Amino acid sequence: MIELTDIRKAFNQGRENEFHALGGIDLQLPAQRVTALRGPSGSGKTTLLSIIGCLSRPTSGRVRLKGQDISGLPERFLTDIRRQTFGFVFQQFNLIKGLSALENVMLPAYPLGGDWRELHEKAQRLLGDLRLSHRREARVEWLSGGEQQRVAIARALINDPEIIIADEPTANLDTALSMEFMAILEKLSASGKTVILTSHDPLVVDSSIVHQVVDMRDGRVVRQDTTRNTMESPA
Amino acid sequence: MNAWIAKQQYLIDFTLSSLARRKAKNLGLLIVYTLIVFLLASVMLFTHALRHEAAHVLDGAPEVVLQRMVAGRHDLIPPGYLERLGRIRGVQNKEGRLWGYYYDPVVKANYTFMVPNREPVPAGTLVVGAALAKARGLAVGNVISFRSYSGKLFGFSVARILSPDTELVSADLVLLNEGDFRNFFEIAPGYFTDIALSVANPQEVRNVATKLAQQFPDSRPILRDEILRTYESIFNWREGIVLALASLAILAFAIFAWEKASGLSAEEKREIGILKAIGWETGDVIKMKFWEGALVSLAAFVFGYVLAYLHVFHTSAMLFTPVLKGWAVLYPHFDLPPVIDGFQVATLFFFTVFPYAAATLVPIWRAAITDPDSVMR
Repeated sequence: MIELTDIRKAFNQGRENEFHALGGIDLQLPAQRVTALRGPSGSGKTTLLSIIGCLSRPTSGRVRLKGQDISGLPERFLTDIRRQTFGFVFQQFNLIKGLSALENVMLPAYPLGGDWRELHEKAQRLLGDLRLSHRREARVEWLSGGEQQRVAIARALINDPEIIIADEPTANLDTALSMEFMAILEKLSASGKTVILTSHDPLVVDSSIVHQVVDMRDGRVVRQDTTRNTMESPA
Repeated sequence: MNAWIAKQQYLIDFTLSSLARRKAKNLGLLIVYTLIVFLLASVMLFTHALRHEAAHVLDGAPEVVLQRMVAGRHDLIPPGYLERLGRIRGVQNKEGRLWGYYYDPVVKANYTFMVPNREPVPAGTLVVGAALAKARGLAVGNVISFRSYSGKLFGFSVARILSPDTELVSADLVLLNEGDFRNFFEIAPGYFTDIALSVANPQEVRNVATKLAQQFPDSRPILRDEILRTYESIFNWREGIVLALASLAILAFAIFAWEKASGLSAEEKREIGILKAIGWETGDVIKMKFWEGALVSLAAFVFGYVLAYLHVFHTSAMLFTPVLKGWAVLYPHFDLPPVIDGFQVATLFFFTVFPYAAATLVPIWRAAITDPDSVMR
């Protein structure tokens, strides 16, 4: 589904503090699978995730999404692809304070300009699926860490994306909440979503839910394990 | 089209909720902004209305007034001058006027005594201005005494009190009979305070003035246009003083607004990053933030202008009375007829709403074009 060819990313190019975060990544990320990018801090996994999710563009190399080269597309088209194809769950959740859980969930759909009633019902349904109906009118800053993450997941799903991107999803959660997240992940995977996440939490990367683990170090892929869990996963 | 409208509705909804979320900041800004607009609009509305009113009052004034001068001071017109005037071409009408000032030690105010050329006042009676009547507690039929400059006491009964509508020009006015006036000020028959001349053709006014100056070298002609110009200068000068005082407040506001408008808080920048990451376009973010600034400045403009309108036309510019109306013991209490100048409104709008809205754009644009991956870092 996503094919990366010789992806390189440099920051502060031409300056003294020029830094190469990614040094030539070749990777294939299959559809309807859970892929984990694993590596220590500074290994380039978040940079790679942001390129995959159209949040930034590579300095060089090609990104193909369902066969279409999207690495050279202008910002406007990338935004459109990001909105339609990807749902994001950030490490810090990145919810907008002062807004209710429901409003936060609805936000990604605003630029699409759909019917308000339908959008409202869909957001409520998603919050209900994630056992947050009773907290829908609460401001997000009043929610617990686990609840905030579930709001972030509901927000990621509001535009019904094919791919869910999650950056260190369990970094701010205790074991019980991390287990809960993995259960949600399993459901998403079972429903046919492609999930790409970064993590160095063994609870995540060693889980049977993860189909593929990509090990990274110093901006390069050092190992790619594609043999896990292929029998149980959907075709 | 429906999707486009729905999208705009969502944007406006989000903008309003953003404004509500930062209540303290936006309310503070709105209040200060409204005060500035109120101040500027009040000065502009008031001076414009006064200028308009002065011009309106002077519409009925004679085109030329001739005053006799002795040693550089205004003196009485001696007998015979009025007759000699008839020979100047272009003069349609001429009349000698009798008027003078009287200081009333009771209320420590100056009155203007005048003999009306139309509707003469019966002997022994007075018609007085509303402010004067109020200051002296007079009603129709009351008797009032004035001691003349020669020390004699004169008693008059009040025949009528002038309508408060004319207070701007009649606050301190006393109309009396010609005979009473001459007796009171001891002015012999045939003498006048000045001569009023009507000139039908406005192009002729300057020629008439030149001829008057040649024919009566001891007199000076005063043109209505000159009086009007003097009023203009006085009001401009007063407006200038208030604006100079207000400039400090305006400067303080400019710094305050610039700080608020140009410096997006870390929280706001973070929000922009989140919105971009979850699929908002740069244009949507700019539109949303621009509307935030525009709504605040538009609301402040409307509130400030309406308050200024009420202040000027319903409370007679209570706050500016001492500076803008000039000095007087008998302040006229009058309601100015509302006059709004479209050009003035546009100017005020341009100098208040536009700079703020523009100042917000650059930082928003800078924040909006940052890579959406900033939220991942």
